[in-house]
Amino acid sequence: MKHSLAGLAAGILAALVATTAFAAPGAIEGVQKQAVNLHAIAMFGIFVLATLGITWWAASRTKSTSDFYTAGGGITGFQNGLAIAGDYMSAATLLGLSSMVFFKGYDGFIYAISFFVGWPIILFLMAERLRNLGKFTFADIASYRLDQNRIRTFAAFGSLTVVCFYLIVQMVGAGQLIQLLFGLDYNYAVVVVGILMMVYVTFGGMVATTWVQIIKAVLLLGGGTALMLLAFSQFGFSFETLFSKAVAAHKDGVKIMGPGSLMADPVSAASLSLGLLFGTAGLPHIMMRFFTVPNAKEARKSVFVATGFIGFFFLVVMVLGLAAITIVGQDPQFFEGGKVGGKLIGGGNMPVMHLAKAVGGDIFLGFLSAVAFATILAVVSGLALAGASAISHDLYARVIKKGDVESAQEMRVTKLASIGIGIVAIVLGILFKDQNVAFLVALTFGVAASVNFPVLILSMYWKGLTTRGALWGGVAGLLSAVGLVILSPAVWVKVMGNAQAVFPYDHPAIISMSVAFAVTWFMSVTDSSQRAKNEAVAYEEQYIRAQTGLGAAAASAH
Amino acid sequence: MSDPSYHSRIRQNPKFADMVSRRTRFALILSLLVLVPYYSFMMVIAFQPDLLRQTLGEGVATVGWPIGVVLVVGSWLLTGVYVRRANGEFDRMNQEVLKESWK
Repeated sequence: MKHSLAGLAAGILAALVATTAFAAPGAIEGVQKQAVNLHAIAMFGIFVLATLGITWWAASRTKSTSDFYTAGGGITGFQNGLAIAGDYMSAATLLGLSSMVFFKGYDGFIYAISFFVGWPIILFLMAERLRNLGKFTFADIASYRLDQNRIRTFAAFGSLTVVCFYLIVQMVGAGQLIQLLFGLDYNYAVVVVGILMMVYVTFGGMVATTWVQIIKAVLLLGGGTALMLLAFSQFGFSFETLFSKAVAAHKDGVKIMGPGSLMADPVSAASLSLGLLFGTAGLPHIMMRFFTVPNAKEARKSVFVATGFIGFFFLVVMVLGLAAITIVGQDPQFFEGGKVGGKLIGGGNMPVMHLAKAVGGDIFLGFLSAVAFATILAVVSGLALAGASAISHDLYARVIKKGDVESAQEMRVTKLASIGIGIVAIVLGILFKDQNVAFLVALTFGVAASVNFPVLILSMYWKGLTTRGALWGGVAGLLSAVGLVILSPAVWVKVMGNAQAVFPYDHPAIISMSVAFAVTWFMSVTDSSQRAKNEAVAYEEQYIRAQTGLGAAAASAH
Repeated sequence: MSDPSYHSRIRQNPKFADMVSRRTRFALILSLLVLVPYYSFMMVIAFQPDLLRQTLGEGVATVGWPIGVVLVVGSWLLTGVYVRRANGEFDRMNQEVLKESWK
């Protein structure tokens, strides 16, 4: 029982966090190529043309490295808020979360709430310090007063690890989703996504990436809301009617109105929620967003805006899921062989797509499919940009060249790095075709929460953190996160075929984060080197900058 | 900019300590206002799920739904409360500290 719960949790985690539509692992396997969907392809074509236009415009505004990495810090709080919301409201949020409500009712709502509460905490504890201390990458903050070479290299590799794992998840999801929604071949889909991503990032840098994300967020919010209104109108806009019809239509009846079995295991739930909350705060492409605004004031505003849109969208998705129970769940055209209650056509992630077809026809379905594709593109672009910055800014300019490098040369390296990452993403996407990648989501968030997050938060909050502590803690976090994922049901049982998992939970955060923090603390307090003393002294200046923004990277003039 | 005496003047400015302690306390209280209700909610789900299954009035809707909405909307409003005060009062104090310490 515990294992199936954990497995389900991983599937849901995948569905909600990954910006792809491969939610429950079952939905990936055996996805069949659908008929070519011309509406969807036409609308996606318009999106691509518009975003390429933006990239062309953005390229003319991307002259310096600062423009490339952070749009010159010239994005407003509201724009950045929309872009952050875009990063978080993925295709999978729409598909996976509505499907959770469709199948499990109230349990889907519990998940939505768990995904939401991290944002206020990021605002209260991290946003202003991130903005005041960071310049281009999160390694800037981690290595602010610690050893430039070792900590920066370590943080850059932490970023690249997360970026690579997450890119695989995205690329595989993209291939599956596009095959399903557009009727295009998997390999074409992966290549199309990879090439568009390279074009956006290489030519348009952060300016283009941000605007692609903003446009997609607006489309997703608009499309989701319109669908909600269309569906809700069939219930006379009455929640009472919506609820009672759903209860009458669902096989679990009135049980869907309250908590079910998904959260019954508190340890599994806690590990999942820790990993999500702190993993989000350790994702390099999310952290980078905080450097695109001019100052801490705008950084705070952007989290307020993002939180509002994310919360609103999650509530909209709840209504979509409930409406789908009645509208999709009783319509034989959406079930394989026309058997109501059997297998949904296209897999378990499709309720909201079927709902779009039921209330808005083929055009609306095409629109929503195009939005889902756009969503994946936007997220992989952000990832590629974060990876390219780690290579060119951290490893090349800072570690190898010790900061002594021409801006033009760094830009060249950055562009080469973006192209390199794009090629790697395409190759990995094709290699991992038909693989069960659910474990990679646990790995991404496990590494982000246990490697990137501890060094980041401790370097900002704890004077006693030393280079030795950060390195040992980071390695301990990395080994425990990777080790526990290998021993978890998702890999040990599902990938390696053993009968029983050694570690019963798919998400390692509850253990691996504790290990990372404990080792960091111990190796820091026992560090009596001169370097450690200097680092403690340097905290003073860092603290004042973190609090006041004195000396913080300013917006570049345009 | 990285003038050490500027930093020490900021450090010694009582307004700096005042601003930092107020803002830190405020952020901490707001974090608790988000996390305590959320984790209480999760504990109720794990140990007393029937509390959330009680129906509202005559229909099938349960108290769990409005409670969830309150958690989402409430947390968002708290981010608004923080931004308002941090970008207003605290930011003003911050500017004053920076100006007074600059000579």
